Amino acid sequence: MAFKDFIFRKSLWLFHFGGASCNNCDIEILDCLTPRYDVERFGMLLVGSIRHADVLLVNGSINHKDKERLLELYRQAPKPILVVAIGACGCTGGIFAGGYPFAGPVDQIIPVDAYIPGCPPKPEAILSGIVQLIEKKKTEKAHA
Amino acid sequence: MSNTKIIPVGPYHPLQEEPELFKLYCEGEIVKDIKWETGYNHRGIEKLAESKTFDQVFFLVERICGICSTSHPFAFANAMEEIAGVDIPNRAKYIRSIIGELERIHSHLLWVGLAGHFLGYNTVFMWAWKYREPILDLFEMITGNRNSYAMFKVGGVRRDIPMALIPEVRKAMDGFKPKLDLLIGAVMDDPVIHARTKGVGVLTHQDIIQFAAVGPTARASGVDIDVRRDDPYAAYDMVDWKVIVTGEGDVFAKAYVRLLEMVESVSIIEQCLDGLEKEPEGDTEVKVKNIPEGMGTGRAEAPRGEVFHFVVTDGGYGPVRHKIRAPSYVNIATFKKSCIGQTISDATISLAAVDPCYCCTERMAVAVDQRTGNMLYSGEDLLKLSHMKTEEIRKKQ
Repeated sequence: MAFKDFIFRKSLWLFHFGGASCNNCDIEILDCLTPRYDVERFGMLLVGSIRHADVLLVNGSINHKDKERLLELYRQAPKPILVVAIGACGCTGGIFAGGYPFAGPVDQIIPVDAYIPGCPPKPEAILSGIVQLIEKKKTEKAHA
Repeated sequence: MSNTKIIPVGPYHPLQEEPELFKLYCEGEIVKDIKWETGYNHRGIEKLAESKTFDQVFFLVERICGICSTSHPFAFANAMEEIAGVDIPNRAKYIRSIIGELERIHSHLLWVGLAGHFLGYNTVFMWAWKYREPILDLFEMITGNRNSYAMFKVGGVRRDIPMALIPEVRKAMDGFKPKLDLLIGAVMDDPVIHARTKGVGVLTHQDIIQFAAVGPTARASGVDIDVRRDDPYAAYDMVDWKVIVTGEGDVFAKAYVRLLEMVESVSIIEQCLDGLEKEPEGDTEVKVKNIPEGMGTGRAEAPRGEVFHFVVTDGGYGPVRHKIRAPSYVNIATFKKSCIGQTISDATISLAAVDPCYCCTERMAVAVDQRTGNMLYSGEDLLKLSHMKTEEIRKKQ
């Protein structure tokens, strides 16, 4: 596992999956790329294919139509992959949890490594969450 | 059909109001037909609304769309106030309008940035989003959140804009004006943007009527509709402003309408601030105890067009039926007209022009040869095609 952990230490590439969300989290994720937050200084890049990604960002509540696609994406993802649930909906289902199309929060569908709560989380929170995830991976390696 | 290739675009576009799948049926480079599939973003909001109280519904409708997260509460508040028969205080009206217009500015800036990105002008993307940040800071200062403002309630607004905050808002607006001029200049005077957007994705006056399109999409084709003027709500009949209408109907006209609307929005905000200074502080709501049995409709002009809410109440604590129509629902149908006959590289910007907020890098867009099943284009290739066309035009200039 040492080599796999090494992969997560620098330049994480992110793939973004927007479920049935209200778009706020999507915008805030994109906001991370723009000059004020500039996530690329950490070597992070949003990529167009899950096959290039180290991290899968999932936001929004997941409905039945999304569920199949999320499972398929997770299956296609190169392992190991870190999954980050973003926003209240990603973490618990949020305000949409009672609805009939709701197929469960992200962690009931695929394993989740980090949760970033907020509605929507500020770009600072998203950055801090992912940086903490990297830190966690580093310390895990130190203990191993 | 033997030469027809299908290019699916979607379904996951992080910036769209609704994630949806577009299938472009292409012969060579020309788009012959377009089909779309929605439902990826279905959350059952109308049904959920029936299980909530009136106060809770505001938070729910706010989360229909994050970009226009004031328009829906706006329309719902209008509907509820029609049922309850209340007239809200002037201060609340001004505050509502200020929030509504700030939202229009941030949404249009977001669109300008993305449109620039599709044309290969990443500088415009970064600039527009950089200038959007002070607007979001303003939101955070006034409402406590960057998006989803939670400002509305039946009979008024939840939070006042204190007198002490008014100079701050003015300062932010003054700071924003030169940046807006710069952005307008950058788009209006650029020959390459002209070449890429003029005559592309044209929608005629007749098309707009047939598709019942709304908002900037309609106003760019010479259809003079704007709920703010036609059915005034909040403070829009107490301030002086004009509806931006132009006739060409192409992508450039849509950009023109949006950019000039931002100038109008700044002017509306400043006039509302003047009005706010005259009203007594703290007079922000009328207490509404009971909502009687009845039916009400509420309309509001979102950045993308008219939002329509229909609410039925039975005298209880929540709505018994809540029907919502959002602007993108009708505007998306115009793709049937604007994209067919275009090249694939122009289709991207034509789709984006309606502002369902297309962003290409994060998406799975793959062209599949129907006979062999080979993949021809990825989303990045599509974007590259669009960028290449811009480069060519740039060289010719």
